[in-house]
Amino acid sequence: MQADHVVCAFCGCDCDDISVTVEGGRITQAKNACVLGRAWFISHGKPPTLPVARINGQPVTLEQGVEAAARYLADARYPFIYGLSSTTCEAQRLSVALAELLGGCIDCCTSVCHGPSGIAVQAVGEPTCTLGEVKNRADLVIYWGSNPAESHPRHISRYAVTPKGMFVPEGRKGRTVVLVDVRRTPSARAADVFLQIWPGKDFEALWALQALVNGQKPDPAGVEGIGLTLDQLTRLAERMMRCKFGILFIGQGLTQTRGKHFNTAAAFLLVRALHRHTKFALMPMRGHGNVAGVDNVLGWQTGYPFAVNFSLGYPRFNPGEYTAADAFGRNEADAALIVASDPVASLPGQAARRLAEIPTIALDTHESETTRIARVAFTTCTAGIHVEGTVYRMDNIPIRLRKVLPSQYPADEEVLRRLLVRVKELKAC
Amino acid sequence: MAKLAVNLITGRSTKQGIGISTGKAGSEYREATGTIELSLQDMVRAGFSDGDRVTLKSEFGSTEAKCVPADIPEGLAFMAFGASCNQLIGSETHASGMPDSKHIQVEIHLAAEEPKTQGNPE
Repeated sequence: MQADHVVCAFCGCDCDDISVTVEGGRITQAKNACVLGRAWFISHGKPPTLPVARINGQPVTLEQGVEAAARYLADARYPFIYGLSSTTCEAQRLSVALAELLGGCIDCCTSVCHGPSGIAVQAVGEPTCTLGEVKNRADLVIYWGSNPAESHPRHISRYAVTPKGMFVPEGRKGRTVVLVDVRRTPSARAADVFLQIWPGKDFEALWALQALVNGQKPDPAGVEGIGLTLDQLTRLAERMMRCKFGILFIGQGLTQTRGKHFNTAAAFLLVRALHRHTKFALMPMRGHGNVAGVDNVLGWQTGYPFAVNFSLGYPRFNPGEYTAADAFGRNEADAALIVASDPVASLPGQAARRLAEIPTIALDTHESETTRIARVAFTTCTAGIHVEGTVYRMDNIPIRLRKVLPSQYPADEEVLRRLLVRVKELKAC
Repeated sequence: MAKLAVNLITGRSTKQGIGISTGKAGSEYREATGTIELSLQDMVRAGFSDGDRVTLKSEFGSTEAKCVPADIPEGLAFMAFGASCNQLIGSETHASGMPDSKHIQVEIHLAAEEPKTQGNPE
C-alpha cells in the first residue's frame, strides 16, 4: 500500500509531500523524506516491542499505569509538565488543562530551543512571514547560527533556496545565500557567502549591522574581536538593503549563547530597521515537529508561550523560574509528567538527575533516557503515523497529520484524557 | 599530562538526529553524542591522536568522549547534543529559561583509563 501527501512530523519543516510504502504492517519506504525523516518513518513504523505501561520498569496494564501516575501527580506539591514538542495540539491542549487542574507548572521544549526568541517577540515584535513567501519572494536568504543541512535537511531544497518561486523564477540562481556561524558546518556548501563569527559575539555583530542599516558608522575598535571586519559587516548590510525580499533564519547559535534574548531581539530590530530600505522578514528555525504548535496552544490557553505556572489558580509567566532547566536544576519540582520529549538526554546534568530522584511519568513512542528512569512509563503511538492530529510548521502554519498504520498503543491524547479524569476524581476526594 | 582549554559549542548533527528515531541505546547515537571535534592544531598541541579517549571538565561537571579532528577554528570544540555534553552545562539560565549550551569553557586531557559511562542512568 502506498499513501501520498503524508506529513513527516520529525522536525519543524513538517514536510507534507512524503509518499509512504506500507508492506507487511510496517513502513518500508518514505519517498521524498530526508535522512532524518526516513529514520523517523522507518523506526516508528516497526512492529511494537514495549509494554503499554510500566511501573518501575515492570509491565502493567494501561489502567494500572494511569492510576499510579494520577496519584503521583495529585500528591505532588509542585508538579511539573514538560516536553510536548513531538505530540499533537490536541494532546498539548489536554496537558494545559491538567497543569491547571494540578495547580502546577507547564513548560515545553521551547524554553531550551527558541524561548529567547519568544521573549524577544514580546519585547520588540516579530517581523515574519510564511515559508511560502520565502519560496516565492526571497532573493536573499541568511542563516545565522543555524545548520539546516543537518538539523532541517529539506529546508534548503524545499522551502528557502532551491525551489523556483513566483518572483524568483530561476530558483537557486535567483537567490543569494549567506551563512553566519562560528564554524564551517555542512550548510556552508549551500552558501554563496560564509561569514565566520567568534562565539558569543552575535549581539555585537547584529547591533553593528543595525547601525550600518540606520546610516551610522560603527567605531572599528568596537567590532574588534567578533571575527568579522567592519568591511565585511558593511558589505553584508549593503547586501541586505539592496535585496528585494530578504529572510533571516535564526538558529540556536543565537538563543543558546550568552546574551540569548538580547541576541534575538537584536536580530528582530535589525530586520525592523531594514524595512526602511526593503522588504525583510525573520523566522526562528524551530526544531521539533510541533514545538511551534505548543507555543500556539499555550498562547491561546494561557496567554504565554512557555514557562507557565498555575499555582495561584491563574497563569503566570516567568522564564528562569517556571522553566524546566531551572525548576529541576534547583530541585523545586517534586513530580514530573514528561510528554513526547526526552529531557534526561537534553537538559543540563543537574536538572536531568533531578528527574531520576522524583516521581517522573513519561509518555513516549519508544524507549528513551527518560522512560528508563521514569517511575511510570507509557508507550504511546506516533502522531503522524498511527494517529491523526494537528501540528504547526515553523512558520506557524497548521498542518493536519495523517494516519498510515494501525497501532495497539494509545495516543498521547488518550492517556492524558484518562489522567485528567482520574486526577480530577482524586482532587475531589 | 597535556591539557587543552577550549570553547565548547554543542549542537545538532545528522547522526544524532537519526539516533533520536533509531534509538539512543544504539552505537551510532552513542558514537555521535560521545565524540568531541577539535581543530587538528589543538590536537597536535595537546598530544591527542584521532580517536583518543579524553576527559572533559567544566565548572559544572565532567564527562568522557572520543576526540576527532575537524574543520573548526583553533580554540573551539564541537559536540552533538546528548546526555554526555549535558554534564558540562550548568542549569543556571540567567532568568531566560535557556541554559548556556554553547560557549562553554572546558578543559580537556587524555582519559587515564578505559571509557566509563558518564551522565545519566540507563
